Amino acid sequence: MSTKITPKQNYELTRQQIGYIDRRLATPEDYRRIGFKSGLEVHQQLATKEKLFCHCPCGVFQKNGDYDAEVIRHMRPAMSELGGYDGTALMEFKTRKNIIYRINNETACTYEVDDTPPFKINPEALEIALKISLLSKLNVVGEVHITRKQYLDGSIPTGFQRTAILGVNGHIQLRNKKVNLIQLSIEEDSCREIADVGHERWYKTDRLGMPLIETVTAPELVTPDELREAAEYIRFLNRSTGLVRTGMGAGREDVNVSCRGGSRVEIKGVAHNKWIPELSHNEAFRQWALLHIRKLLLERIKKEKWQVNHMELDPHEFKFTYLPLVECKEKKHKIIAINIPEFKGFLSHFTQPDQVFADEISQRLKVIACIEKPNMIHSEQEDLSISDHDFATIRTYLNAKNNDAQIIIWGPEEDMETAIETVVERCEMIFDGVPNETRKSLPNGTTIFERVLPGADRMYPDTDSCPIPLSNEYIEKLGKDLPQDISERIELLSKWGVPEDAYHFILSKNIFPVIEEICERFKFDPKRVAIFFGHTYKNIAGKQKAHTDFNYRKLIGLFKFIHEKGLHINIAKYLLPILFQHPSMEFNSMLTALKFKKRSLDELAAPIDFLTEKYRDIRKTDDKEEAANWIMGQLHKQAIGNIELRDLREIIDKRLQ
Amino acid sequence: MEDLFQGYKGDALETLKKYNVRVWGKTHIVTTRGEFDGTILPRAENDDDQHIVLKIDTGYNIGINITTIKEMKETGYKKANYKVPEKEFPYTEGQPKVKLFGTGGTIASRLDYRTGAVIPAFSPGELYGSVPELADICNLTTEKVFAVFSENMGPQQYISLAIAIGKEIENGVDGIIIAHGTDTLHHTAAALTYMVQDLPVPVVLVGSQRSSDRPSSDAALNLMHSAIAAGHGDIAEVMVCMFGPTSDEYGFLHRGTRVRKMHSSYRSTFRTLGDTPLATVTRKGVNAIKKKYNHRRKDKNVKILPYFEEKVTILYYYPNMQPDIIDALVNCGYKGIIIAGTGLGHVNKPVYPALKRAVEKGVHIFMTVQTLWGYTHMFVYDTGRDLMAMGVVPLDNMLPEAAYIKLGWALGQTNDRQEVIDIMETPINDETTKREPYNGYLLYQGGVPEVEQFVKNFRK
Ligand SMILES: [Zn+2]
Repeated sequence: MSTKITPKQNYELTRQQIGYIDRRLATPEDYRRIGFKSGLEVHQQLATKEKLFCHCPCGVFQKNGDYDAEVIRHMRPAMSELGGYDGTALMEFKTRKNIIYRINNETACTYEVDDTPPFKINPEALEIALKISLLSKLNVVGEVHITRKQYLDGSIPTGFQRTAILGVNGHIQLRNKKVNLIQLSIEEDSCREIADVGHERWYKTDRLGMPLIETVTAPELVTPDELREAAEYIRFLNRSTGLVRTGMGAGREDVNVSCRGGSRVEIKGVAHNKWIPELSHNEAFRQWALLHIRKLLLERIKKEKWQVNHMELDPHEFKFTYLPLVECKEKKHKIIAINIPEFKGFLSHFTQPDQVFADEISQRLKVIACIEKPNMIHSEQEDLSISDHDFATIRTYLNAKNNDAQIIIWGPEEDMETAIETVVERCEMIFDGVPNETRKSLPNGTTIFERVLPGADRMYPDTDSCPIPLSNEYIEKLGKDLPQDISERIELLSKWGVPEDAYHFILSKNIFPVIEEICERFKFDPKRVAIFFGHTYKNIAGKQKAHTDFNYRKLIGLFKFIHEKGLHINIAKYLLPILFQHPSMEFNSMLTALKFKKRSLDELAAPIDFLTEKYRDIRKTDDKEEAANWIMGQLHKQAIGNIELRDLREIIDKRLQ
Repeated sequence: MEDLFQGYKGDALETLKKYNVRVWGKTHIVTTRGEFDGTILPRAENDDDQHIVLKIDTGYNIGINITTIKEMKETGYKKANYKVPEKEFPYTEGQPKVKLFGTGGTIASRLDYRTGAVIPAFSPGELYGSVPELADICNLTTEKVFAVFSENMGPQQYISLAIAIGKEIENGVDGIIIAHGTDTLHHTAAALTYMVQDLPVPVVLVGSQRSSDRPSSDAALNLMHSAIAAGHGDIAEVMVCMFGPTSDEYGFLHRGTRVRKMHSSYRSTFRTLGDTPLATVTRKGVNAIKKKYNHRRKDKNVKILPYFEEKVTILYYYPNMQPDIIDALVNCGYKGIIIAGTGLGHVNKPVYPALKRAVEKGVHIFMTVQTLWGYTHMFVYDTGRDLMAMGVVPLDNMLPEAAYIKLGWALGQTNDRQEVIDIMETPINDETTKREPYNGYLLYQGGVPEVEQFVKNFRK
């Protein structure tokens, strides 16, 4: 007799056993406990007019259905110059995908579809990337070598990305820590995926070939928050040049995470830095969970003794009612039952919030064997989908022991060999720990399997292009034309007394140079200007869409006007909404619209006594604080643009004494 | 002796020697631009002598300017062994015997780190290692006839190939594949058509537009298609087998005399001009388009005619061509000239006297059209009639390259004016055709709705 697993209970139990906690409750000590370790690959598109290796326009995007032609290709692994094949390469080859590219004539030429060799590297892109390399304190190479980095998923029609290292061994200064940068490369962006169904995958080629840089940090970040801080820092640094693209997809991070005893796993293409903490937290605990399964498994059996068996099920023999299994009959698909020895309790073992180990297998079946979900059922799911009787028969056929787990898969005959291999391989990997892989992030902070992680073996030189020497004079010239460091900017903001919640907006929108210019030219208090941008401007920009003519130069013009008119800076807040919507309006007209009148402090203070009397009449109270507030309210509007409100208040308070 | 400094020369070589660092040495370098670690790689011979190439840990290559180097130290050594995985090509009973001749093209290849160029890899084992599907198609043996780049192919190579083909047919092979660089593939195809006649088995020339060291290479599919055509196809002619569309879909089999490379880099660069291709080929088999072709036979009665006269040229006519060019050719001892003339086969009057002098000196002059499509029609205008009167012979719709090769082949056999004309005017395999089918000239232009619709609906 078999003792049945209750999946939900097992999920909860194992979740507790590994010590998973909600991220909001996690402390640095929790991350020390599991040996959280992470690094980043920060991708940033450069704001050039043309693509990196051809003259197609940059940043023009198409909808999925907007294409002029389709090209179909297949990818075969190629050997690296050191003589090996890459692991991912072989996996991708196994999947035998038809890759279909949708080409729009406006955004792709024969280069994108690999029917023309590359043109000379875009010098505009190279220069921006070199500036960012210098800002990142990297050692800039003497000669740029274009390298091919193999990608067999089809995301690049050549089967490789042309990429080149510009600098190595740099660093960034975070608040409490110096973080090393391994390297910065310039590369061409890949296609955008449209769909992936069965053996076919569609891509569009608009983004393909756009210049991108990738900044790689050392794996030195030991908490999710630190990881996010590093991601923000690098993003701010890139944006500080004013030469990079912003907006959806212009900056993306690959987050590398491991826990103690785990392996490097790469979470790909995280579009928002705010997602990083949750994703990395869950990934580290996923690895921690896999290691827990490993420990339990090794207590039960040795890898050498572990033997999986499987058999084909005849759909006529069983009374299947589960639709995917019923359909196998008419589709002539095969149904295979697999017995996994000593795996009882593992298929429903917690891995991530709302995911169990069985999901890892199912996700691989989809990617590697190209079998769409639902693609399996197993002995530890809530509703087994087949009758207890059928299941007992299957277990008997498989010669299953009490401590074994069973998986049933189905699909086209030609895919089943790969499918069985995939299931067995994933289970067997438990013995060795955590497999290296790339994972796709989901909005809820968890991840799913994407690909096997490629190694350094997939790099080989690009024989279509020549090395590009970088002279000392050129690098020195670029070095003279750099914005200051983000860490210096943060220091200044702090020195000025700007509240921290204003930093993010100022740095991420690269407003710092604007603040500096305003303060330098018009001698305003930097704290005040910074707060104007970090709070007031942020607020309006977050709520309304600016007129298309609105830009930072207009804001500088605003402060110039205030300065020249001898107005008080506190009127900026009131002029801003008008400027935001009517950037071409004369500032004087804006003042009129605000009914502004130039008044001296004495003029403004004149009615105080009268108002004091009036207040007493209305409210019949002697509370000085409330009186002052009321009088302030009466004079507030006239005071704006004329004097510091605090000064007026002082006078009111004094008069009320 | 082993070359410790592969590809390095001048100052860079001196620098390596000075610090006692070898190619493939793991090295730590201190420079004025900071420190670098990696393995020293060979340098491409045409690159400058001011940089050293380093493979860093992440797999990327970078160059270090030697003038920035302050210190350099070798900390280890590991030579890379770059090899196409070689596995024994399995023999399968009942599959056709196919011979693959290597000539030095990029069909199966690897990288040469000294020149940065692609070098061929040919043994059956290497081919099986990179295209294992071949073993399901045929029993393959290979022979490297010579190794030259496509642009260096010439009469000597045509002759060696023709003789090698004759021998293989004698040995009872079921089909022959010739792996060849693509640039002059059509010249060789024409040459072999003339030199190897009455073929009992297919002779398939194949190349690749993207070398096989690239994941999206057309090499593997072209090789499979050519193996199908050579081993299983019924068309026993000299053919070129290359991509039909740019998509990985099907290949074309082109008649060796009517095919031409038409794009410098496209996969689907080879086109049949003035006719349809012979057939399409997929991994499932050959599908004939032309109804008439030479069928496969059991006998071994092939005619090998390995002749070639090298003093033959193509003269591509342009307005304002001066007669001295023709005089110079005659003075240099050229025996035959193919003119690629304008329009229906014309050149301007000023060169007439020179042409006349040339013919009188026994130079054989033939006219083709530089429009590539269409026939010479030298009776239509006076110009044409004048030229013919001088002894310039029109070659109908023979392609200039096919005509050049044929004239070399003809003059290799005889110098008699009438005999040469007879050879040139008697088609061996459609180098001239009596009819030009309506669908033999298809150069549709993008932008018009019906063509855009076609391009969008079919993955060409
Ligand atoms: Zn392009």
